[in-house]
Amino acid sequence: MYVAVKGGDAAISAAHAWLAQRRRGDEALPELSPAQIEEQLGLAVDRVMAEGSCHDRGLAALAIKQARGDLIEAAFLLRAYRNTLSRFAACEPLDTGAMRVQRRISATYKDLPGGQVLGPTFDYTHRLLDFALAAEGLPPAEPEEAEAASATMPRVTELLAREGLMSRDIAGGNETPPDLTREPLPFPTPRPLRLQSLARGDEGFLLGLGYSTQRGYGNAHPFVAELRMGEVEIMLAPSELGFAVSIGDITVTECQMVNQFAGSAHNPPQFTRGYGLAMGHGERRAMAMALVDRALMATEMGEEATAPAQDAEFVLLHADNVEATGFVEHLKLPHHVDFQSELEKLRSIRARWQADRDANPLAEAAALEATI
Amino acid sequence: MRPAFIDPVFGAQEAFRALMDAMARPGRIQRCDVLPDLPEALAPAAAAALLALTDAETPVWTDATGEARDWIAFHTGAPLVADASKAQFLLATRAMPKLSTLDSGTDETPQDSATLIVQLDALAEGAGWRLTGPGIEHEHRLDAAGLPDDFAAQWAANRKGFPCGVDLVLCTGARLAALPRSTRIEEAG
Amino acid sequence: MSILARASVEDMEARLADTPALPPHRVIRGPEIGLTMLRGRAGGDGAAFNLGEATVTRCSVSLPDGTLGHCWRLGRDRRAAELAAWLDAALQQDALRPALLDAVVEPLREGQAGAAALTARRAAATEVRFATLQAMR
Repeated sequence: MYVAVKGGDAAISAAHAWLAQRRRGDEALPELSPAQIEEQLGLAVDRVMAEGSCHDRGLAALAIKQARGDLIEAAFLLRAYRNTLSRFAACEPLDTGAMRVQRRISATYKDLPGGQVLGPTFDYTHRLLDFALAAEGLPPAEPEEAEAASATMPRVTELLAREGLMSRDIAGGNETPPDLTREPLPFPTPRPLRLQSLARGDEGFLLGLGYSTQRGYGNAHPFVAELRMGEVEIMLAPSELGFAVSIGDITVTECQMVNQFAGSAHNPPQFTRGYGLAMGHGERRAMAMALVDRALMATEMGEEATAPAQDAEFVLLHADNVEATGFVEHLKLPHHVDFQSELEKLRSIRARWQADRDANPLAEAAALEATI
Repeated sequence: MRPAFIDPVFGAQEAFRALMDAMARPGRIQRCDVLPDLPEALAPAAAAALLALTDAETPVWTDATGEARDWIAFHTGAPLVADASKAQFLLATRAMPKLSTLDSGTDETPQDSATLIVQLDALAEGAGWRLTGPGIEHEHRLDAAGLPDDFAAQWAANRKGFPCGVDLVLCTGARLAALPRSTRIEEAG
Repeated sequence: MSILARASVEDMEARLADTPALPPHRVIRGPEIGLTMLRGRAGGDGAAFNLGEATVTRCSVSLPDGTLGHCWRLGRDRRAAELAAWLDAALQQDALRPALLDAVVEPLREGQAGAAALTARRAAATEVRFATLQAMR
């Protein structure tokens, strides 16, 4: 019989000391600084900020270092830190239309106002390992420059909406959106809560779900109307001032994904759109989020919801990797008493089974025959 | 504008500790003197309680005006509401609003009910009301001067809705005592 | 305020080296680190939703004559927030304003605009120029 025991303190502290040494690795090599991670592993930083649901590049870089590069552990660390801070205020919704664009592409229009701007992208690289990067000390080539047009770029979806071919989102007002970090998630879930949940969801989970909609689990035929990445200004109105001030800029990635919609009794056939927005440079995340956002509109649009990606309860309750890792990894914790009771139950069932068999050997023969 | 806690972390911790002890031991007076330089209308204990409990996400109602009101808005960052029934925390520097007009929570979320902080003329142990209930072994005596005449009836009505109900923090100067919704008040006979 | 919110302590201090000393200040709130909720809009222009939080630092100071200066800035730089709030208060003083605008704010603005312009020029260099192939007769 197991009983509750206390102990393991020495083992735990020895394990943590070894962890610290493993984190440092070979001391003959220079130690990695958070600043280096921030600058040179910027996309990992962006992912940790998005999934940690807290924009702070320095903290995300530190979390990556502490987590030895385990990005889910890093997101967990960032969420935990975030919980120690009080929320001073909420910002005004950011205006991605006024983004200072570094990258903006459309798969639906070749020639669009503002042009196709590739920006710093992996697209069109050959995916051949570059051994020059392994040889340290070679500075990269200076990026090229060209005369920049000053105009901001109109959204592609707006071009379609003007023709009436695209459903418009109901123009947003100043209402305070619901917040899943303050209230439990209700079902059916309003779209602002779905988007908040997806924005902090696990990129791999969203990617898999998005992919499933393309492969026929859900009725999607998506196009990237627009993908843009760049800096947006953050505006906040402190109560002592009574007006909004600009408190800094952050980089975000936005994806507008266009889907066909057959129409209904009330609405003519038109395009519909899914929306993705990610902190930092996160194209895969923004695209996957847009696919899943559109899939989750199925019921509202009167479509039959049959695929996993269209099931809000399934998607939203399993998208959060900090929650998921908590529940999966808690299985490592001592379940000695639970398991002992399972063991006793199984022993008693087996004993009864054996007793029944001994008492009635004919039934055993019949059962054997039935299986043949 | 005058400052708030000299050290925001320790100030808030000390105020929270005083409030927690006050709630755990209803009617027992705690000291909380961490705000030496305040607008005149505010009692140090009441102001500290408000700073420790409220932030940008908690609607606050107060009858304070002028410098005191500006100080509360600035240092708590809380939205000040005109309708007392919409407030999660309330500070009455003069006559307290009727308990029945405040948010007493719902059976599903009784923890969302309002907490009313009242500044009083005087607060003394050893005489006055006989308090009983959770957190009090036998009975505790508390004398509070400056509450409305029908306070005992208001409190009895507040207790009836348990687990819903408003919690009360009574303050005078740098001293405070709490009356959680579970405490029974018997007027001294 | 938006320029000071983006300036580093080093840049602000370097610019202040050539200006008359700022009047003494008293901190009345902060500098303290907290969070602000970032919001987006569905589809870019629809209903607002919460994107996630960001760290923010705020500070408020007062000058001997009661002038208040404030700073709210993204990130966790307390020194920068206090200095920016102090500058915000000093900029409200008619006697100091012209000198501070010339020596501090304008150079910082130029530096920030220059960095933004460089990013824009680099982006422009990656714009695709399509060369349409004409069918030959």
